[in-house]
Amino acid sequence: MSKQSSSRASAAIRASLKKRYARERRFQWYGRLAVLIGFVFLFILLADIVSKGTPAFTQHYIRVSVELEPDVLGIERDATRDQIFNANYLGAIRASLRAMFPDVTGRKEKQQLYRLLSIGAEYNLRDMVLKNPGLIGHTSEIWLRAHAEAGSYLKGQVTADLPESDRKVKDMQVAWLDQLRAQGRTESRFNTTFFTQGDSREPEMAGIRVALYGSFFTLLVTFAIAFPIGVSAAVYLEEFAPRNRLTDLIEININNLAAVPSIVFGLLGLAVFINFFELPRSAPLVGGIVLSLMTLPTIIITSRAAIQAVSPSIRQAALGVGASRLQTVTHHVLPVAMPGILTGSIIGMAQALGESAPLLMIGMVAFIMDAPAGVTDPSTVLPVQIFLWADSPERGFTEKTSAAIMVLMGFLILMNGLAVYLRRHFEKK
Amino acid sequence: MMERVQQTDTAGIGDVKRPLDIREHVERADYQTIGEPFSGDAKMTARNVNVYYDEKQAITNVSLDIGRNEVIAMIGPSGCGKSTFLRTLNRMNDIIPACRVEGEFALDGEDIYGADQDTVLLRARVGMVFQKPNPFPKSIYENVAYGPRIHGLAHNKAELDEIVEDSLRRASLFNEVKDQLDKPGTGLSGGQQQRLCIARAIAVSPEVILMDEPCSALDPIATARIEELIDELRENYTIAIVTHSMQQAARVSQRTAYFHMGKLIEVGETKQIFTMPKHELTENYITGRFG
Repeated sequence: MSKQSSSRASAAIRASLKKRYARERRFQWYGRLAVLIGFVFLFILLADIVSKGTPAFTQHYIRVSVELEPDVLGIERDATRDQIFNANYLGAIRASLRAMFPDVTGRKEKQQLYRLLSIGAEYNLRDMVLKNPGLIGHTSEIWLRAHAEAGSYLKGQVTADLPESDRKVKDMQVAWLDQLRAQGRTESRFNTTFFTQGDSREPEMAGIRVALYGSFFTLLVTFAIAFPIGVSAAVYLEEFAPRNRLTDLIEININNLAAVPSIVFGLLGLAVFINFFELPRSAPLVGGIVLSLMTLPTIIITSRAAIQAVSPSIRQAALGVGASRLQTVTHHVLPVAMPGILTGSIIGMAQALGESAPLLMIGMVAFIMDAPAGVTDPSTVLPVQIFLWADSPERGFTEKTSAAIMVLMGFLILMNGLAVYLRRHFEKK
Repeated sequence: MMERVQQTDTAGIGDVKRPLDIREHVERADYQTIGEPFSGDAKMTARNVNVYYDEKQAITNVSLDIGRNEVIAMIGPSGCGKSTFLRTLNRMNDIIPACRVEGEFALDGEDIYGADQDTVLLRARVGMVFQKPNPFPKSIYENVAYGPRIHGLAHNKAELDEIVEDSLRRASLFNEVKDQLDKPGTGLSGGQQQRLCIARAIAVSPEVILMDEPCSALDPIATARIEELIDELRENYTIAIVTHSMQQAARVSQRTAYFHMGKLIEVGETKQIFTMPKHELTENYITGRFG
């Protein structure tokens, strides 16, 4: 009897097995599909950004024979430094361009010709002459920065196949550029300007230096405020605070704060720090304070989780040999919890690095050309710079936008790598 | 006797004659500890102890002395309150917010729960070894040196080295680890870890050592080493040990206390408890009718 029923049971199990395994296989395939879709989207995104951003790392230069005669520059032969500084370099450059293309006569054509070179070319030339005043009185072959539109033609981003009305490089310019290229007067170089200059209205002169400095100072302030406060709060709430209604309320509010839209923190920063405390506008100091308010909940929550995860037996062991509660925490609990705390903090900092909305509210969206020297100087940050450039209509800014995103992502990867490294390092100990 | 214990553990209790009604015995209002809970030369005394976790009473009116340089074993079924009682002796229950302790405790006549009693000092005088070996995730040396260092017991490195070596020797661990003092303590075997924890406890020169089932996570060989060690330590320390193993209680202790459902049922010389228990519950427990 019992043997019969057990054989019947095993038959039933055998019959269901196939179905069960099929279900498992199906589930695994769903999982693989989900991962695959994720990767495809990630790849498309990255490929798009990288392909758009890479050209921004090169800059085209055009070789021009510039006649640096004193009368062209409008100065005396033995000019003082001041006079050299104020000399008419624009005129010299324009004259040499006209000399290279003598058949350009109309006013409009001339203007088009001048637009082959960047507006900043005259300043580059000025700096060159200031460095080497011996150039005055000679005609030199000088590499000058190409205009962004001309550059985008030389980079092949715009081709002559497009109808003239659809592109900013006109047919005449295309002809001149082709001619210059044929003469070996164009060259592509690594775009150092992108890293050494602040924002500019001209794409070929715009760089992320101000944004990099601004992001650095802002994160410095954020870390200096959010890390000590966050970890102390987490330690106190986890190890010392009594469990009662008040601490429950605090816990709920910390969790809610983590979900508050970041722009609200920007409004708070504007109302409290700028309007009430009269801290400087557009400054990394205020940006850092606002972002630290935003990252505090993240740091507190992850730190508390890390502290909670420390085995109670270690606490008991420390208390058992007569360590005080503070000694137990600082000598034993915190070192064990540190990898988790650091990971949480770095993730919080990475969030802060990528944040733009609250910084718009406190004026870090300003157009700033000079890098800040401290936390109170006006500045902008990488994500805001990206936002600004993405808003600009010039073709040259499209590639700058993607390039800045690449730099930002590079830093994010670096920070996450640091988090992984620190975790491994501490866990080994 | 022991075979029967194991039998009941594995095969159930259907074939063993149950005592009448255990609850009836312990819930009688006039419960009184049988035997001799008091000692002529007491190191620690506990009087009329009641412990509550929130509303639930974990220990009911227990009075017990721990004699100087004796090993007292506390036995009883799971949840009987023996570990809770042990932890009241160095106020380890303080860290559990829901726990409330009533009664009078004294160490050498000094009130343990008095307003001027410092828990840090108390725990230095009454050390503890836990059920699961819990070395710090630091080196073997640091594990032992930690206590003396925070209490300022050593004035220089040489003195600290001496304390560490001496403690490891007394925990009969030194010869096994002398070449790897800088290796992490968590890398040792379970038995070695537990001896390291004992070394850590005796490094601060406590007067009393509380052991909460110190061998429950160890194999029989490691257990034997620890039991030998307890026997040696008795010369210098007073030891209270909670154990689930009745053989262990019989081997290492001079006195045995039997707890049941938060009450101290019987206390006496270990030999007497295991050969001639006076209370029916004690007899049922040691003969393995339940546990």
